[in-house]
Amino acid sequence: LPAVRSAVAGANTMEKPTAYEDVTTYNNFYEFGTDKADPARNATKFKTTPWTVAVEGEVKKPKVYDLAELLKLAPMEERIYRMRCVEGWSMVIPWVGYSLAELIKQVEPTGNAKFVEFVTLADPKQMPFVGSRVLEWPYVEGLRMDEAMHPLTLLSFGLYGEVLPNQNGAPVRLTVPWKYGFKSAKSLVKIRFVEKQPTSSWTKAAQQEYGFYSNVNPKVDHPRWSQATERRIGEGLFAKRRPTLMFNGYEPQVGQLYAGMDLAKNF
Amino acid sequence: MTTTAPARTGAARTRPWLLHPAVKPLVFIASLLPLAWLVWGAVAGTLGPNPAEALIRSTGDWTLRFLCLTLAITPLRHWFKQPALVRLRRMLGLFTFFYGVLHFLCYAWLDMSLVVGDIVTDIAKRPFILVGTAALLLMAPLAATSFNRAIKAMGGKRWQALHKAIYAVVLLGLLHFFWMRAAKHNFGEWSVYAGIVAVLLGDRLLRARMTTPKLAALATPQGGAQSLGAARRD
Repeated sequence: LPAVRSAVAGANTMEKPTAYEDVTTYNNFYEFGTDKADPARNATKFKTTPWTVAVEGEVKKPKVYDLAELLKLAPMEERIYRMRCVEGWSMVIPWVGYSLAELIKQVEPTGNAKFVEFVTLADPKQMPFVGSRVLEWPYVEGLRMDEAMHPLTLLSFGLYGEVLPNQNGAPVRLTVPWKYGFKSAKSLVKIRFVEKQPTSSWTKAAQQEYGFYSNVNPKVDHPRWSQATERRIGEGLFAKRRPTLMFNGYEPQVGQLYAGMDLAKNF
Repeated sequence: MTTTAPARTGAARTRPWLLHPAVKPLVFIASLLPLAWLVWGAVAGTLGPNPAEALIRSTGDWTLRFLCLTLAITPLRHWFKQPALVRLRRMLGLFTFFYGVLHFLCYAWLDMSLVVGDIVTDIAKRPFILVGTAALLLMAPLAATSFNRAIKAMGGKRWQALHKAIYAVVLLGLLHFFWMRAAKHNFGEWSVYAGIVAVLLGDRLLRARMTTPKLAALATPQGGAQSLGAARRD
């Protein structure tokens, strides 16, 4: 998947990318199982062609995009993002994709579009854990309109210069680097522009633990564990945990989106 | 060698191999294999992308497995008429504690960098860790009184009463594992352990009911509780 280095501010961390092997065998993708090793094992036969993404709701030009159309909608960029999981571990991943804003501009949202809802595939025939009681299916996530329009918010089609492996959310996923990993919905089938704040799957599952914003924040603990530090995958057994950075280190780029907000309340 | 062991006991029910002097060392070595495998994995880097998590979870799994093995001795003695199995119980119990301590040390070191303040805060924040810690602390006096002189000094009855704490330990251990898995509603593996523990404890309850004084009294006129027990065994 050819791509050029992104010119977006903050899009290329200088940190050492996590090994491809680790990025593609240590995944949370509950449709394929709750163990980290499950998705790589259970998604091998996952069919990603044909694939369409319906873009609808409060937009002037709703459209069902074919994957091929999406792939050439804007120039592919490589972006090396930190990824912080809510569970307390992190990676550095070289993604390939373009800003979600490119797609949003094409469909021309109306004045009523205040939020964007992302709906992912839930196909019990291909995904053995759809139907399990872990979460409500399909997996749904949401962003505020200005978050969705932020240039760092990426529509990803690949990693390490390759097409996305199935276990990483093929064929197209969201990557929001300043929020906990679960906000970055995988295998998208629908992008809906709405007026009211959508309720994401994890908020439905545990409202007091997973809020709508879920910005990486070392000062706001998860009710059941501290978020002050993280373990960087691949640093070896005895590496010290790293201090977690505000907005996962993207504060200069995204801090102003939350000016004046109480982030302990809007967690 | 092979003929002396059974001759020494004279008990027809006891299989000679259980009394063989090599049995205990073999079980000891076998009990160290999980540790050897984990150490090898840590050195060779075959524990996956998150080796710290793998070590913490595996040592926890092995604690629970050894706990089940320890608790299985008594029912197995009855089911297979092998009273000599009791020889292995103390060693398995001590290995349970050993893996429990390793489990805690892995957590304290790899997850908490041995910072006492962080450990205390984390234990307070996470009920499942509190319960696990309680189970480990409860095992400590059992391990500390596991040698013969302690049994003699305490007296058999008091020693046995103390070691009934193992039942609390296993229930706390199961709760610890249940809460840990609750976040993902993933109870498949937990149910297997819970089922095993239910059988092992259920067998004890049934046996205790069969030998209550009432039943024993009913049995005596016909020739004593002992023959009832013997009849059951045959």
